[in-house]
Amino acid sequence: MKSQETLAQQEFVRLQQRRYRTVLICRILLLFFLLALWEISARLELIDDFIFSSPTRIALCFAEMLQDGSIIRHTAVTLAETLISFCLVIVLGLSGAVLLWSSKTISEILEPYLVMLNSLPKSALAPILIVWLGNNIKTIIVAAVSVAVFGSVLTLHNGFSSVDPDQIKLIRSLGGTRRDILTKVLLPGSIPLIISNMKVNIGLCLVGVIIGEFLAANQGLGYLIIYGSQVFKMDMVVMSIVILCVVSAVLYQGIAYLEKRTAL
Amino acid sequence: MIPKLEVRGLSYSYHTMDGETQALSDISFSVAAGEFIAVVGPSGCGKSTLLSLISGLLQPDEGSVLIDGIPINDNPCTIGYMLQKDHLFEWRSILGNASLGLEIQHRLDERHLRMVHDLMETYGLKHFEKSRPSELSGGMRQRAALIRTLALEPDLLLLDEPFSALDYQTRLSVCDDISTIIRDSKKTAVLITHDLSEAVSVADRIIILSRRPGRIKKILPVIFQEDSAGPLARRNDPAFTSYFNEVWSVLQN
Repeated sequence: MKSQETLAQQEFVRLQQRRYRTVLICRILLLFFLLALWEISARLELIDDFIFSSPTRIALCFAEMLQDGSIIRHTAVTLAETLISFCLVIVLGLSGAVLLWSSKTISEILEPYLVMLNSLPKSALAPILIVWLGNNIKTIIVAAVSVAVFGSVLTLHNGFSSVDPDQIKLIRSLGGTRRDILTKVLLPGSIPLIISNMKVNIGLCLVGVIIGEFLAANQGLGYLIIYGSQVFKMDMVVMSIVILCVVSAVLYQGIAYLEKRTAL
Repeated sequence: MIPKLEVRGLSYSYHTMDGETQALSDISFSVAAGEFIAVVGPSGCGKSTLLSLISGLLQPDEGSVLIDGIPINDNPCTIGYMLQKDHLFEWRSILGNASLGLEIQHRLDERHLRMVHDLMETYGLKHFEKSRPSELSGGMRQRAALIRTLALEPDLLLLDEPFSALDYQTRLSVCDDISTIIRDSKKTAVLITHDLSEAVSVADRIIILSRRPGRIKKILPVIFQEDSAGPLARRNDPAFTSYFNEVWSVLQN
């Protein structure tokens, strides 16, 4: 095909590729510039590296915690808690949305409660959860699920309700039951919505897990942040935040990959 | 002889909080086996409601629908319903869409799958079985939707403006295509349309409905010289214009 491309097309492709390269190079340069600025300001004592930390101190702290394996354990705990609550949110969100769709009366009864629970700041619940469930992983998972699940139910139910009524009429005219409507139209038709909802939920679950770990944990990145700030090990705090950034980016990319795979 | 479809004194009203809207009032007619009936009327006169009632998707306030002399709700017969849009699902292949009805009715066995393949071949979709609906033209999509309907071997076909979403040129050829297919397979069909020339070009009889609430104004038999002539041939027949004018004048007063 290459030989058939006109000069103008080749020129266009070349310009586009050059732009992609420029964007990529500038992104990396910006990162190095900020890191260098931070490091130099710390070395020149423009900022106090005991409070603000510095890239080398973070790297040293990371190397140290990598050696005794503790950072791996803390990251794995946070990751596991996030994934467990994420799966629970998907299951509960979908079944909740299906329940609301299955009965208009139920959905009308529950709607104001769901809207209220969705807008309630879930961090307000965390102290109660500790008292009810104890200082353990249950509290963290429930906190994370509560952050994401109500919005998820509302979004999915909204998507189910906006399906073209003629598509439902089609299934009924073919002799289908409500179950067929659900499995042949609603669920397959809502896959793009379900995935975009997953993208939101994975972030919200991480937020919920960190809130939970702040209050009820003796391991995990959220615990490290709180512990580090209490004993004034700012290197540990900033390092944990950097790892959190990486974790959230990886999780998001995982869903984005899933989205690409299911795209029609 | 028992007619294929008999509609007796059908009335139907829609209820909302703002009030009651009577859609149909005292509709009675019968359709013989193999007959092609067109229903025309001003928009909002309850044409689509009539089809929903005949198919049993809606229950009438009064009156009854009989197929082969048996009330529709006690009758195990299958009714094929074609809607305005093809509603092919993008997440299924063309073959998956065409066999959707069989899948829903748990009849997707060797014999029926063979039949779907044969229909695909007959209607020129053989090479598109694995394609997605978006890769097909409007006419091909409508044919795939027809196969989805025919695969259930329906006793009666209900067509709810199945060509109205197509552009004019495609519409003429798809209408020609599909009505020929229906005639050749000797199916009984009821077509709803707002296009008078379409009604005249395909039907054996035209039922003309009044403004809301829909009542039957007139049932007009349409007879052309050559009985086998397709819709495009009919459009060139001198009798076409006089039938068109007759339907038009009945609708006007």
